[in-house]
Amino acid sequence: MAEADAAPAGAQDPIIEINGLNKWFGQFHVLRDIDLTVERRERIVICGPSGSGKSTLIRCINRLEEHQEGTVVVDGVELTHNLKNIDAIRREVGMVFQQFNLFPHLTVLENCTLAPIWVRKMPKAEAQEIAMKYLERVKIPEQALKYPGQLSGGQQQRVAIARSLCMQPNIMLFDEPTSALDPEMIKEVLEVMVDLAGSGMTMLVVTHEMGFAAQVANRVIFMDEGQIVEQNTPEDFFNNPQSDRTKLFLSQIL
Amino acid sequence: MSKYAFHRSRAEMLPERPAPLTSTGVIGWLRANLFSNWLSAVLTVASIAVLALVIPGLIEWAFIDATLTGELGKDCPSEGACWAWLDQRITQFFYGFYPPEAYWRVNICIALLVPALAYMLFDRLPYSRYGRWFSLAYPVIAAILLVGGLGLDVVRTDQFGGFMLNLIAGLVGIVLSLPIGIVLALGRRSRMPIVRMFSVGFIEFIRGVPLITLLFVAIILLPLFLPPQVTLDQLIRVMIIITVFASAYMAEVIRGGLQAIPQGQYEAGQAMGLGYWQSMRLIILPQALKISIPGIVNTFIGLFKDTTLVIIIGLFDILGQARLLQTNPDWLGKVDYETFLLAALFFFVICFGMSRYSLNLEKRLDTERR
Repeated sequence: MAEADAAPAGAQDPIIEINGLNKWFGQFHVLRDIDLTVERRERIVICGPSGSGKSTLIRCINRLEEHQEGTVVVDGVELTHNLKNIDAIRREVGMVFQQFNLFPHLTVLENCTLAPIWVRKMPKAEAQEIAMKYLERVKIPEQALKYPGQLSGGQQQRVAIARSLCMQPNIMLFDEPTSALDPEMIKEVLEVMVDLAGSGMTMLVVTHEMGFAAQVANRVIFMDEGQIVEQNTPEDFFNNPQSDRTKLFLSQIL
Repeated sequence: MSKYAFHRSRAEMLPERPAPLTSTGVIGWLRANLFSNWLSAVLTVASIAVLALVIPGLIEWAFIDATLTGELGKDCPSEGACWAWLDQRITQFFYGFYPPEAYWRVNICIALLVPALAYMLFDRLPYSRYGRWFSLAYPVIAAILLVGGLGLDVVRTDQFGGFMLNLIAGLVGIVLSLPIGIVLALGRRSRMPIVRMFSVGFIEFIRGVPLITLLFVAIILLPLFLPPQVTLDQLIRVMIIITVFASAYMAEVIRGGLQAIPQGQYEAGQAMGLGYWQSMRLIILPQALKISIPGIVNTFIGLFKDTTLVIIIGLFDILGQARLLQTNPDWLGKVDYETFLLAALFFFVICFGMSRYSLNLEKRLDTERR
């Protein structure tokens, strides 16, 4: 297997370990026997048709969804009903949503400092300093005092990324970060994510941006009907897909 | 060049132009708002005609033909309004049976109410840090001033009356019903079954019973159930009932606001590690309350006017004073409209003020489009 860079193949330092994960929405079996180990600094792209459970899978990692069977261990802490564990993991796991979910009543800067101040108990000045650092990194420091409603979709999503980074997480989850964006704005968001990938962040990205997958992923996972159908390096995944379902999917989106 | 007729390609983009002048200005406004088509033109003319019929008569009755001075009802001739009672009775309309030598205490309360409210309602006032503390201390200061103690003569609460009584009961209800309503609304959406059942039960019971019934229960029935040594001041009981009643309505108004907040806002808070109360306080409630402002103020206004119901349990609020004067043999049959008109004016001023403030607040908090 040819790896892109800083590749953790063989490196045995798992940061997420999912074993035998099963989840139902009512009677609907949305995740079926998922086993997945994510190495530190690994970048994984998850794709698949809608309803295949890919969003649900990453939402199980920070317990926005509760699972019924199996274990999810994040950074050595198992996710159970123990609220303390859940809070501890959520502090270390950042999440970026399809709909940005910025807080419309707060300025961009306040959006970024809210969690560091209230969850990390950071002094306000320090939180603002960190926020400005990350806003510069996503290239919109000049928008810091505006409200989210005044920004374009692409800018809002970059703020959302900066807001997550302000908690200085070890893992970043992206749930279709570009799906709600106008075509002209997708690129600016992807550029920020590529930059982030270069910094060694562990990333799990649900997306249909196959160019992004080919460029930054260590591993591409294809899901359908709640199962991992195929996972491989991007080169082999795109050039030499094994299962018929994967081939069909790729033929339809590429 | 293309061979197709629809072919276009712009070399430069058009600049912006100002709107045409005919759509702005006085004539434009009149045409757009009053005479936009024949139906609205007819309605405009008809409305002006009705006003022309009613207003002169009203002014004539209330001011031109009115009697302003006199000792008794018989000093007022029959046509025109009788305002002669005003100078002897206006204090009673405002202070009820509060001892006249202590009116100054009420006046100070009202004078202090202005800064206390201002510091709660408006930001960017000078000394606002101390101002907020003053606002928090105000209820205690006001209670001591009104009831007495600490060297002041004690005034029994059954001497309270007039518009002052409406103001006190209304303010207490307004200040307390909002937080209680918030807690009930959150309780109704709680995942904990006992909390949810209590909230639903409370809200539905209180909303399902007329306020008058609750007031009767509080005044007449409650003492029968309580041990005789427990006495709760009548005014306090009334304030509790009015507050509880408004809280149930408030809870439903706020629940509407909570339901308008997208699920993603809750999730974003959770994903960052904020706890339930932090999420509510920092993310959800500021947005939900903002959406609910019209409904909240609606409930406030309703509550404030409901304070007039205390008349049926024998408290003499401003309507009670009006009835008292109307049935006074000296004034019998002379002041029926005039006294109610004065009461209406008092209420209108306060309610209209609340309504304007809510508009101001909505504009101030509108961060989505500015």
